[in-house]
Amino acid sequence: MTLERETDVPAFAATSVGPLIESVDVRKRFGSTVALDGLSLEIAGGEIVAVLGPSGSGKSTLLLCLAGILLPDGGDVRYRGRSLASVPDAVRTRLRRDDFGFVFQFGQLVPELTALDNVSLPLRLAGLRRRDAIDRARAFLGSLGVDDVAESRAGEMSGGQAQRVAVARALVSRPRVIFADEPTGSLDSTNGELVMELLVSTARRQGSSVVLVTHEPQVAAYADREIVVRDGRLAHAAALV
Amino acid sequence: MSFGHALLGLLEEGPQHGYELKHRYDANFPGARPLPFGQVYATLARLHRDGLVDISAVESGAGPDRKLYVITPAGVTDLERWIDEPTPVGLVRSELLSRVVVALISGRSPDAVLDVQRAEHLSRMREVTERRRGADLTGAMACDFELFHLEADVKWIEHSARRLDKERARHAKKEAR
Repeated sequence: MTLERETDVPAFAATSVGPLIESVDVRKRFGSTVALDGLSLEIAGGEIVAVLGPSGSGKSTLLLCLAGILLPDGGDVRYRGRSLASVPDAVRTRLRRDDFGFVFQFGQLVPELTALDNVSLPLRLAGLRRRDAIDRARAFLGSLGVDDVAESRAGEMSGGQAQRVAVARALVSRPRVIFADEPTGSLDSTNGELVMELLVSTARRQGSSVVLVTHEPQVAAYADREIVVRDGRLAHAAALV
Repeated sequence: MSFGHALLGLLEEGPQHGYELKHRYDANFPGARPLPFGQVYATLARLHRDGLVDISAVESGAGPDRKLYVITPAGVTDLERWIDEPTPVGLVRSELLSRVVVALISGRSPDAVLDVQRAEHLSRMREVTERRRGADLTGAMACDFELFHLEADVKWIEHSARRLDKERARHAKKEAR
């Protein structure tokens, strides 16, 4: 059973062949702190890109800007050729719901809901009937090897199980882009490897792009290529100064 | 890598010919270079001389004689001693470190050296990560071993890049005074 893409956000229908997401000279400040200092990059459909860099380098801010959660102070972020800043907030919200999936380091599951309800939630929001959403969520949990915790709440699972459920929730509605910020940051290396294998193999099977923010080289090695952010800029550009 | 001890370990499973040992070595140590036949036979001759292996049978045929090797009790003792003792830890002489130091003292960009090497390392890590998928137990462990070592290098590269940034900032501050 596949989820048809009837919920595509019309404002972002494909218009031309080009990068799926691009940032052009993106700048972002928080008070006097410069988080992004003119960063440009392109991500193609189905491409997995790792964003490496030390703490405070601006890599998480970049992810939030690419996902339209933060709007840049300068420059532009375009999704399917259209500027995210040019559309109303409600449209960006629909975009995040229908086209994007998110995996964070921890704490992303709704604690009151079971794993099954957490994973079926994006499908329900996308308009699937409860029965179909539950069936698909259960199958998806099975494919990620965590169907045994389907009826458990986040507090009743191990860190590795909770993160696999979070991966299931991010991917179940076949988003075009997965934004993953330190997805293995709270896990030991064995669980980290398992989560990355599942995240990357499922994303590749579904043709989703992945923006993978990490400071761990072994996690970055799952990507097709890496960019390095340092002081809000690409490291290569910084090295030329 | 002690080829001799690797061969002793393989012989513990039962008597084998040099030909079989070479192929079992290559299959069990996928991270290492394939073992040349000459090295197998030279190592077996040394182990035989030292009393660590014995020849249990010699088969004659059209080609050269085929010797069947077997591990001796002294060989088992030597193998156990080798497994139990810690691997010597020494400073790795790194060409990368030399390149960075030479770039630094000659007024060239050490950041460029680090950036090029990071890309090279991550490219290799992608290959090994891909190879690990579907590998058997020893293959996966060999891939893990390589990945963790490469990761240590990349962490050193990142740390050095930040150290250089800090040093430049400190220098700029000093100049401004």
